[in-house]
Amino acid sequence: MSNPYLPLEAEIIERIQESPGLFTLRLRLTDPTQQAAYTFKPGQFNMLYLHGVGEVAISIVSDPQDEQIIDHTIRAVGRVTHGIEQLNRGDRIGLRGPYGNGWPMARAEQKDVVVITGGLGCAPVVSVIEYVARRRERFGHLNIVQGVKHASDFIWRERYDNWRRMADTQVLLAADAGDPIWPWHIGRVTDLFEQLRFNPEQVMVVMCGPEGMMKVVVKNMLARGVNEEDLYLSMERNMHCGIGHCGHCQYGDKFICRDGPIFTYTQIKSLFKVKGF
Amino acid sequence: MREDLSFLARDNFPTLLTTLQEAGYHTVGPQLRDGAIVFDTLNSVDQLPKGIHDQQAPGSYRLEKSDSPRLFAWANGPQAIKPYLFTPREVLWRSQRSKTGELNFSTVEPEVKPTAIIGVRPCDIAALYLQDKHFLQQEKVDPYYKKRREQLLLIAVNCTHPTNTCFCASTGDGPQAHYGFDIVLTELDDGFLLEAHNQRGGALLEKLPVQPATEAQQQHAEHALTHAAEQQTRQLPGQNLNDALFKNLQHPQWQKIADRCLGCGNCTAVCPTCFCHSEGELAALDGQSSEHHREWDSCFSPGHSYIHGITIRPDTRTKYRQWMTHKLGGWHAQYGRSGCVGCGRCISWCPVGIDLTAEAAIICGEGDKDE
Repeated sequence: MSNPYLPLEAEIIERIQESPGLFTLRLRLTDPTQQAAYTFKPGQFNMLYLHGVGEVAISIVSDPQDEQIIDHTIRAVGRVTHGIEQLNRGDRIGLRGPYGNGWPMARAEQKDVVVITGGLGCAPVVSVIEYVARRRERFGHLNIVQGVKHASDFIWRERYDNWRRMADTQVLLAADAGDPIWPWHIGRVTDLFEQLRFNPEQVMVVMCGPEGMMKVVVKNMLARGVNEEDLYLSMERNMHCGIGHCGHCQYGDKFICRDGPIFTYTQIKSLFKVKGF
Repeated sequence: MREDLSFLARDNFPTLLTTLQEAGYHTVGPQLRDGAIVFDTLNSVDQLPKGIHDQQAPGSYRLEKSDSPRLFAWANGPQAIKPYLFTPREVLWRSQRSKTGELNFSTVEPEVKPTAIIGVRPCDIAALYLQDKHFLQQEKVDPYYKKRREQLLLIAVNCTHPTNTCFCASTGDGPQAHYGFDIVLTELDDGFLLEAHNQRGGALLEKLPVQPATEAQQQHAEHALTHAAEQQTRQLPGQNLNDALFKNLQHPQWQKIADRCLGCGNCTAVCPTCFCHSEGELAALDGQSSEHHREWDSCFSPGHSYIHGITIRPDTRTKYRQWMTHKLGGWHAQYGRSGCVGCGRCISWCPVGIDLTAEAAIICGEGDKDE
């Protein structure tokens, strides 16, 4: 019986502690045939399984061209992620996926790209930045904006430094609360929006993070003349199955796991401002 | 007069069951248990609810007994046939950890016998078709549901005795079955009208001591079904309420419902189309093996909308709104029709008697209350 619920075994090739409570697992399917057959798109996610505890939906942060490794950056917040946090290199977990639609990168070619993330929402869009970075000539000006609550929440400083050095790219960072080694803006991420450089008629804006933050971004971008079809949001809801069966992630008539998790603002705007969906 | 209808005398009714049993089917049918009519293994026609009638009303389900020889003179019980396809709890797979830490995952194959269910109502068939769309007609097919579905033979029974809470005529799903069965029966005083819907049903019919149905018998059946539709007093305020509901998300009635609703989830447990389920894990004490299962969940359960520390729907108002906007609204975009088949179970089995049809009429019937 072919079973879409059954995980595949994966090995932790490397574990990176990004910050307290935040870590990256680099995974490889233990069956080489399965690993060779595994492909994904930026913005898709996997269901990771911890033996004896359960499954959790986690977005993929590596680049699709990294055929040997599947990276997941995970914040330990719940039962499963607290357990996964204890694992080390060589340990085995279950993996099934990839699921979801992914970022429509082809639609962004030749356009400016604005990537806005808040809190720890940066993981799902790292794949967008890396995708553009590796294919830099195919895209216009790249804006990378990240806001965090505390300076200590900021991870991947080195990565951001590298991105900042790329051609035609600007990186804007903000922390609500800074610290002595925080050289960037202290205050709200929205304060930085004036510095964004893009052609509103030729842009793809991708955002991920708390819905409150995304609401502000949407409002700002619409006011600047960006078409709502060019605003992409990564949505998040409770997920048990990842394949549109269990019903938890429903958002109006959408299944976020299957129809999303990436939506244009047009697709979700009727419910986006209503609490309780 | 139709030539394709047969008549099976009441005395010969047991041959239907024995024929199915001889053909190797596990037979299931309605029977009395704990004051309600439920589906369970049917070994003998004597188990069928002979002379039993149901009196249903908002928040009320009562059975009465009469001298009537009729076996299907009732509307429905708390469960449709949903548990026979989408089981309330099921182990999906096992994880086995070796001493050196490798994990091995294996599917737990459901043990499925060819199953014939007798006494399926038209509304339950409509619900089955909706569940088929959800579990089977998607990119990812549910193999557990599929395996059971493929082994299912259905003997439908047209509804001649709708109850106070029924509104299948308004949803277009009853009281007469038009699809989805192998054989459909209409019960008359002295026997049953039978109609086969497919080859398998036709072959089965040939083994039964039937005779062509007379014009009078056909007229009786037709009259009974017309009467059954006319008897229904409840109705939804339209076939597609999607726009009306989503335009009225801030309607004050949502709070008025929440003031009465206990948030118990009974409506979702008895609903024949509700598909939500949670996945869970049961590890053995030695930690080496673990079972991954699923069980029915409800949009009224506190964990349904939980995500990393946030509950999207913490109050009864938003939970009930989720239930109704999905059932009567969201289903249209998802599966091309309403998720309600008019069985009325959510009305009868609601402990405080909240009436879906009445509440929908209040919310959809008034003007645009959107903020």
